[in-house]
Amino acid sequence: MGGHRPGWLSAWVSWATVLYLLLPITIILPVSLTDQRFLSLPYEALSLQHYARLLTTPAWTDAIGQSALIASASTLVAVVLGTACAIGCWRLSRRSTELVRALMLLPIIIPSIAYAVGLYRYFARLGLLDSFTGVVVAHGVTGIPYVVITVSTALAAFDPRLESAARGMGATLAQTLRWVILPRIMPGIVSGAIFAFIHSWDELVVVLFIASRRVFTLPRKIWDGINENLDPAMAAVAVLLVGMTVLLLLLDLALRRQRAD
Amino acid sequence: MRPAGRHALGWWGLILPAFLLMTAFYVAPILQVLAISFTEPQPGLGNYERLLTSESVQRVIGTTLRIGVVTTAIALLLGYALAYRIALSGPRAQRWWLLAVLVPLWISVLVRAFAWVTLLRRQGLVNQGLMAAGAIEQPLALVWNEFGIVVGMVHYMVPYAVLPMLSAMREIDPRVLAAARGLGAGRAGAFLRVFLPLSLPGVIAAGVLVFIFSLGFYITPAILGGGKTLMAAEWIKLQILDLIRWGLGAMLATVLVVAILATLAVFSRLVNLRRLFGAGG
Repeated sequence: MGGHRPGWLSAWVSWATVLYLLLPITIILPVSLTDQRFLSLPYEALSLQHYARLLTTPAWTDAIGQSALIASASTLVAVVLGTACAIGCWRLSRRSTELVRALMLLPIIIPSIAYAVGLYRYFARLGLLDSFTGVVVAHGVTGIPYVVITVSTALAAFDPRLESAARGMGATLAQTLRWVILPRIMPGIVSGAIFAFIHSWDELVVVLFIASRRVFTLPRKIWDGINENLDPAMAAVAVLLVGMTVLLLLLDLALRRQRAD
Repeated sequence: MRPAGRHALGWWGLILPAFLLMTAFYVAPILQVLAISFTEPQPGLGNYERLLTSESVQRVIGTTLRIGVVTTAIALLLGYALAYRIALSGPRAQRWWLLAVLVPLWISVLVRAFAWVTLLRRQGLVNQGLMAAGAIEQPLALVWNEFGIVVGMVHYMVPYAVLPMLSAMREIDPRVLAAARGLGAGRAGAFLRVFLPLSLPGVIAAGVLVFIFSLGFYITPAILGGGKTLMAAEWIKLQILDLIRWGLGAMLATVLVVAILATLAVFSRLVNLRRLFGAGG
């Protein structure tokens, strides 16, 4: 920046901060490979026993399966509704749609504990407690903000005259969406889908309130594990989770770069 | 040319489903919390009276505010140094630095809390390492107290602090700095009198964001606090799921939501959430 270089203090603090951010996360890898039966670094040899146990224990595999299913379904809800809403707000762009967009951001701002408490009562009346549908709806609604944000960002770079031209030449709304708007904002939609998926896949607070026995997601299982018995299988599942998040993020970065080029 | 009349209907139709779902399954449950706080156990302001009379309510609010302020201050300090460093690096280096911020941002909160427990507990890696090195004889109490909560929360919040500050710093014209240096300012002078004031809106936005996120934080304080230091969210959970005191829990949840929305409204011009999540590229 104009020949202005950061000094030693900021260099030192920024390196320390990055290590503080990353090291604790990397430590789970050696712990997951321990040859012991308790949480520790490997003593004599590296071992994959905890991964094997993880993938052969039905309690873990069921939780992984349920979480994947719930996250996929709620991502679908969030992406379809969030994208449509962002496009509508963008095209109409007036005061009222700004308010709608602000409303869509609420789930990021309001603490999930407040939502979870309200939803517990609300779902009890509707008979949706401890149901697959209930969790998908809750995660879908709270995933909408991520999609609205990424799609709105993608739309900001889209020339509205293209849309006007398409409509002017007689294309219907559906045709315009399908052939003009959606292809141009696809990277934004995929980004939104990735974030909505991660959101549901990791969500715990709402699940603690509205699910009990039938719906048992992976975060619930990890939560119970942390509170009851800390064993190295937890580290193994943590490594798998981190691996998945990193892959999804790299995918997102690659998409963004493609869009930028 | 904005669509109007019949033409606009189709576009409103796109907004409608999300709007309805959000109203029915997000806004309504939140309003339910508000209603409960005024009606249970009996109608009236009884629950809110506890804000003034109950020592336990006041203690929770005090703890939440104290931890929130400490977390925000540390996260801003670390985040500022990091954002400054990123803003001044070349494009290639910037990408790597940014990745180091974004990866922790998206990694599961539970996984991170678990990693901290592994490191900080009595038989944890830090205590073992220090004892093996002969630095300490007794394991230090690093977790299941306020120290552990702050370590874990700052870890969660630093990325949220970096992104708004970075986006403010990126808007600073590098020629302004070059001009300051050219006019004889030293590095410290150029930073303190030019860069810092120009980046201040980003600092405030980051501070507001981190502070409101800390107020309602549940998972990290619950795991790293070990049930001894109660912050608002865990206290609410305790009232409702364990003590079945709905009115009291709903009251604090309402106070939390109102406090957060009010803070945001005051600073609404400075905090741009969309920019935060669009800043990854």
